[in-house]
Amino acid sequence: MLEVKDLSVFFGNIRALHGISFDVKEGEIVTLIGANGAGKTTTLRTISALNRPTGGEILFRGEPITGMKPHKIVSMGISHVPEGRKIIGNLTVMENLMMGAYTRTDRAEIQTSLEEVFQRFPRLKERSRQLAGTLSGGEQQMLAIGRALMAKPVLLLLDEPSMGLSPILVEEIFNIITTINQQGTTVLLVEQNAYMALQIASRAYVLESGRIVLSGDSRELQANEGVRAAYLGESA
Amino acid sequence: MLQKVNKMLLMVIGAIVLYVLLKIMITIGVINPYWQRVLFYSLIVIVGALGLGIIYGFTGQFSLGHAAFVGLGAYSAGYFSKTFGQYGVLSFIGALLVGMVFAGLMGFLIGVPVLRLKSDYLGIATLGFGFIVKVALDNADKLIPDLGGARGMMGTPQLASLEWLFFIALIVIILTRNFIFSTYGRACTSVREDETAADMVGVNTFKTKLMAFIFGCTLAGLGGGLYAHTYPYICPGDFYFLQSFDYLIVVVLGGLGSMTGTVVTAIGWAFLLEGLRFVLGPQFVDFRGVIYALILIITILVRRQGIFGGKEFGFLVPQVRRGKPDVALRG
Repeated sequence: MLEVKDLSVFFGNIRALHGISFDVKEGEIVTLIGANGAGKTTTLRTISALNRPTGGEILFRGEPITGMKPHKIVSMGISHVPEGRKIIGNLTVMENLMMGAYTRTDRAEIQTSLEEVFQRFPRLKERSRQLAGTLSGGEQQMLAIGRALMAKPVLLLLDEPSMGLSPILVEEIFNIITTINQQGTTVLLVEQNAYMALQIASRAYVLESGRIVLSGDSRELQANEGVRAAYLGESA
Repeated sequence: MLQKVNKMLLMVIGAIVLYVLLKIMITIGVINPYWQRVLFYSLIVIVGALGLGIIYGFTGQFSLGHAAFVGLGAYSAGYFSKTFGQYGVLSFIGALLVGMVFAGLMGFLIGVPVLRLKSDYLGIATLGFGFIVKVALDNADKLIPDLGGARGMMGTPQLASLEWLFFIALIVIILTRNFIFSTYGRACTSVREDETAADMVGVNTFKTKLMAFIFGCTLAGLGGGLYAHTYPYICPGDFYFLQSFDYLIVVVLGGLGSMTGTVVTAIGWAFLLEGLRFVLGPQFVDFRGVIYALILIITILVRRQGIFGGKEFGFLVPQVRRGKPDVALRG
């Protein structure tokens, strides 16, 4: 579904990505794990066209999407749940959700999507008239995911959904991600919480200073000595 | 749905009652011709300020050249009226349309290059545009003698009556309300709050900014057109950058992102400006500048979000803001 080939990104003179290649197949959960500054967020932002690549190519369903405008990418079916949620604090929860459906014109189905989101996140329904900025961290994360789902994406990009959440909430969010995936949405997940990410993903790539240093089946990686030492907090 | 229709109806009825009251007060002389002028001016300021409210208050695009667009509207509408004035009301409507289209078109031409800039830089660019317009108007008589250049333009027909001003302001308020609570209006708010977030939900941020800018400039042009038909004499100095600050002050004092705030402050502003004339007396009339500068400073110190701080009168707020989907309203 998504193919990234030899992608390079520069910030001024600093090279953030050194020609990385990976792919996400339909129906999968694929995760990119790695430490701070490895280039995980940059990768997602480049797929969403928020950063411009200096080299390489991104194919979505076989079509090149490199160089497209961000709003085009969304209407093609890629939704991005950004790091730090980026919900619109001065709009109500309902308005934020309606913003998620901005690119859609099928009115009746927007209503259906809205009901689905409320079913998945009953908390959002309770708080639908509240300003989004007044929600708790966990609720904001739910809203960010709900908003992305309102676009009816085929591919969901998730950037650090566990950030700043309590362990129980992290568990809950990851369960939700699994269900979303089971219901047919492909997921590309970026996480620092490698333990949780490897549990729900089918495949994983390990990013280090802008390079992919390791890839494979999540279970294999979970057993990998180096990964255990570097990302799962076990001494080798 | 029924509730929504009722609310709108109530608002229109309320406005008509207000109009009748004003009309009676003018007829029996409670509002003398002097205060009537002030009232007219406040209605014009509402139209112009709502334009800036959309550009700056709701979309977050800092414009310091708003009065220039008002001026472009005033001059183009005034010139049209002077040329085709013999058709009365018809030419008045035509003139207002000309003012709106001209200001909107200029907004488009200026917006395309400058809206790529952010905040302060955008302010400087629009400030520059304001100077260009002032100089162009000062020297316009060299191209079209009727525009009068720095001496100003005289003889525009005085067709803007209370009816026109009041109901045009009312229509603009309703239009603005419908715009800001529409999908496009929410797109504007998301651009203001966080451009990246807007990008991520699929908003074409540049197009949204441009659309808001053109809409705002068109309202400025309408305000200008009304201005030209309220005052028999207009000159380039009426639309200089100091006037741009007046609009800015109205929008900021009222509260960024509050239509209610803009309208209430526009009225308050016009009346304060004149009221202080009496309070201070002829000797100290120039101290007015000190007083409203102080009001601005105090507001920013104690209530940075402005008087209304992004809030609206309840009757202006539609369902979706209250947590009901507006799927049926989209379009």
